[in-house]
Amino acid sequence: MRRVYSIEELCLDCKLCEIWCRTAHSNVAGATWRAEGPITGRMDPFDIIKAGKLEQPEPQSRIRVEGDTVASMAVNCRHCPEPKCVEGCISGAMRQDPETHVITCDPTRCVGCRTCVALCPFGTIVVRDVALKCDLCGDGAGAPGMPACVAACPNRALVYVESEV
Amino acid sequence: MRIPSGCAISAIMDRSGARHSGADILKSITLMHDRSNGLGGGFAAYGIYPDYANLYAFHLFFEDQEAKHATEEYLGHHYIVEVSERIPTTKSHKVNDGPITWRYFARPRPGVLEMEELSEDEFTMRCVTHINMSIEGAFVSSSGKNMGAFKGVGYPEDIGEFYHIADYQAWLWTAHGRFPTNTPGWWGGAHPFTLLDWSVVHNGEISSYDANRRWVEQFGYECTLMTDTEVITYLFDHLVRHEGLSQEMAAHVMTAPMWDEIDRMPPERRELEYALRAVYSSALVNGPFSIIVGSSKGMLALNDRLKLRSLMAADKDDIVYLASEESAIRVICPDCKNIRPIGGGEPFFVGLYPDVDVLGGAR
Amino acid sequence: MISSVLPNFKVVRDKDRCIQCGVCERQCSNNVHHKDDVLGVITAEDSRCVCCQRCVVMCPTNALHIERYPQVNRANANWTHDLVQGVYREAETGGVLLTSMGNPEPYPVYWDHLLLNASQVTNPSIDPLREPMETRVILGRKPAHIEVNEREGKLITKLPPQLVLDFPIMFGAMSYGAISLNAQKTLAMAARELGTMFNTGEGGLHRDLEEYADNAIVQVASGRFGVDAHYLNTARMIEIKIGQGAKPGIGGHLPGEKVTEDVSRTRMIPEGTDAISPAPHHDIYSIEDLRQLITSLKEATRYTKPISVKIAAVHNIAAIASGVARAGADVIVVDGFRGGTGAAPLRIRDNVGIPIELALASVDQRLRDESIRSEVSVIAAGSIRSSADVVRAIALGADAVYIGTAALLAMGCHLCKSCSAGTCNWGIATTRTDLSKRLNPEIQTEHVVNLIHAWGHEIEEMIGGMGINSIDSLRGNRLMLRGVGLNEKELSILGVKHAGE
Repeated sequence: MRRVYSIEELCLDCKLCEIWCRTAHSNVAGATWRAEGPITGRMDPFDIIKAGKLEQPEPQSRIRVEGDTVASMAVNCRHCPEPKCVEGCISGAMRQDPETHVITCDPTRCVGCRTCVALCPFGTIVVRDVALKCDLCGDGAGAPGMPACVAACPNRALVYVESEV
Repeated sequence: MRIPSGCAISAIMDRSGARHSGADILKSITLMHDRSNGLGGGFAAYGIYPDYANLYAFHLFFEDQEAKHATEEYLGHHYIVEVSERIPTTKSHKVNDGPITWRYFARPRPGVLEMEELSEDEFTMRCVTHINMSIEGAFVSSSGKNMGAFKGVGYPEDIGEFYHIADYQAWLWTAHGRFPTNTPGWWGGAHPFTLLDWSVVHNGEISSYDANRRWVEQFGYECTLMTDTEVITYLFDHLVRHEGLSQEMAAHVMTAPMWDEIDRMPPERRELEYALRAVYSSALVNGPFSIIVGSSKGMLALNDRLKLRSLMAADKDDIVYLASEESAIRVICPDCKNIRPIGGGEPFFVGLYPDVDVLGGAR
Repeated sequence: MISSVLPNFKVVRDKDRCIQCGVCERQCSNNVHHKDDVLGVITAEDSRCVCCQRCVVMCPTNALHIERYPQVNRANANWTHDLVQGVYREAETGGVLLTSMGNPEPYPVYWDHLLLNASQVTNPSIDPLREPMETRVILGRKPAHIEVNEREGKLITKLPPQLVLDFPIMFGAMSYGAISLNAQKTLAMAARELGTMFNTGEGGLHRDLEEYADNAIVQVASGRFGVDAHYLNTARMIEIKIGQGAKPGIGGHLPGEKVTEDVSRTRMIPEGTDAISPAPHHDIYSIEDLRQLITSLKEATRYTKPISVKIAAVHNIAAIASGVARAGADVIVVDGFRGGTGAAPLRIRDNVGIPIELALASVDQRLRDESIRSEVSVIAAGSIRSSADVVRAIALGADAVYIGTAALLAMGCHLCKSCSAGTCNWGIATTRTDLSKRLNPEIQTEHVVNLIHAWGHEIEEMIGGMGINSIDSLRGNRLMLRGVGLNEKELSILGVKHAGE
């Protein structure tokens, strides 16, 4: 499957990936990215403004830049081959698509118990009522899309490449 | 001012050295009447002065007697003039306002030549340049041995009649009909352009003119006429006489193979072509042209590397024909063989048969 | 203490657009932007802004732009705002005013007074999409005469070493230290991909760039930084730097703080020490000394590399260039007064030297008058801004050009003229690793290659329009140029006719 990888030497700590991710997963602008992002590769500045200013609670980024301007890298879900989060999920909300291997959380089933947060070795899941995590900007049910974080990166520090399952 | 022009060119050469009258070349160039516009026509003929084969034959234009006196005084200082005579002409209503046409057969004055420490040719070239540049109203229209140029303002057929060229016998004839896009009104500007025994007739407008001119002027040439033919002649003369290349190689340098062609050549050949292009890069002639270069060794036809101008060749027995249009060959030789176009950037040299001695034509 | 030195710029933030994401704050190495938690807004310290536009470009909501600082003076056509501010600055610091990049003053730009020719009717223009079009040039000393064995198709005279370029455009000298390693690597990678050359400048050749040696010109400058036999033998060409268009007559100075461990190893000087290039080479006080250095370098490299000599365009440039050619230089680089720099005293940069157009024209003509033009190559440098400038330079007589600023612009430079500060937000003119990593050589190589490809296409279109299919036929072809708005003297120096003639 294709995964998002971060290249530390190229990461600038600008956090544009976080801003685009947040917008791509906002209620006001998320649908636009899923529809148009794969075509244009661009995020409408007004969508960023809407997601950044209007929406409450604030939309949550599913990628996080660790470090500072000297050394940093972005971290998001690794879509592990043997995912602890799926294994430990008590409600069956966290699942891995058998075809695409994309791990997503079904918000209608999630009870917000934070077991997945505790189990994730990379700390890439947060809970705001329900667990939120990287879905590769897909449909949220296992089909990957075009990750906004990769499109956002001004320095190609994030790459979306094929890797072994 | 540079004068771009379209043109007709034509040439006939007998490789056996047998001489023929100018009637055929006149007929050939006349057929291409529409390729000229009455502002210039001319002929070059080789082998026409067998009695004076070892003397420089100077053809002169004088605007007045004063120019003639000044030129004769200059020539007298530098040459022993053996013959001085009017070039026979007949004025008609079509050609009637020309300059005085005169010819001299002369050899360099030994004392002067030795003092200058120059070869006879180099000496003559400089004298010709001096007359053209410094003597008001005088112009040398040709200066080779056993050859001459006959040119003027008018249609080539009328110029041919004017000079009685059908009365001359030559083994190589070239002709030119000119279509300048503005008015020269000057006989010296008509073609063929000559230098020593080179004569060049040219059809085209080269886009590399100033690059070629500024390169060749480094080597003692002065491009005073601002014509393509003049600069091409100087390139030729420099590459052959100073750089020691053969005529074909000089022509090859002027229409060098493309780099991607050179890159595919076997190593030894590649090294040669690479060096030729590197060293003679400014001798590359660009833009559309077809030229015929006449000399005492034969004639050479050359087309630009993109083949942007027409030039046809044909032969029959010992005779080789060249012309801008096939019809201009067929009109004088209906049963000619091997009618073919000259390839772009492929020099086509026609030499005399090895055993031919054209009476002093060879140097 | 109060200061009369005003900010140059004002940062304007659209509050309706700003989402306070802080990208601007994190990206500004000059600490202009600050997220003020008490005020609840992002503030800007205008006096620190150099107008590099990093924040403007990075802002995800286009909330930022920079304006000229709006303070006015009483109108004065003589004492301009910049002159007044310069006095304040010098009065307050006692230091020489430092600046970077090329001379921005409104002297004539002769390129903009030279128009190109095209064919109509009498001569067909050539369509580069359909016909071969040659942009290859060969630099180096050419023998006055070569012997050829025509019968066997063999060359008898061997040529001295030459440089073969696929485009008549090379990247001018920019040293590691003045620019980041990533920036230099970008030029090296682009040069390799394009079949042209980059130039190490006087800062030595970093070991990571040795793999690009076939596309490297190495400089030997007055400081001799990084010069040893290995350095000389690694390169394709060696360039003796006598002068630089941005600062003719003076040397260079890389402040100690830029001499990091890596720079120190490459320049072969102690870490943290100032790298000072003397104004002259102290072994070249005359033209015959230059000949000795040229010969020494040729000896050191066993005559396998062409030697170029770079001189700044100064008043007597034609005679100097002729002397340089006769001193044995294979390639002469003439750097005009608009040429860029990583750091130069402002008054030198803005007031010394002459325009490259006039210098090039007179050098080319002088070498032709002496019948030696064909034996040496001439490179024009110092503000070649577009493909049209390349065409003009070659038509005036150059074999090839160096570009510096244009290549930097392709890599992200915004011409803020603050290279000397070492805090380049685009990762170009800095040795700080946190900044230089902003320049990803992979991305910027694509940009530089794109630029030269675009110029190449444009050059082909322009010369094709002239009816020319090889750059060889453009060189020195001044009939392809016509002047507009130039006086007789200018036209005669440029050797071109006025439009309409």
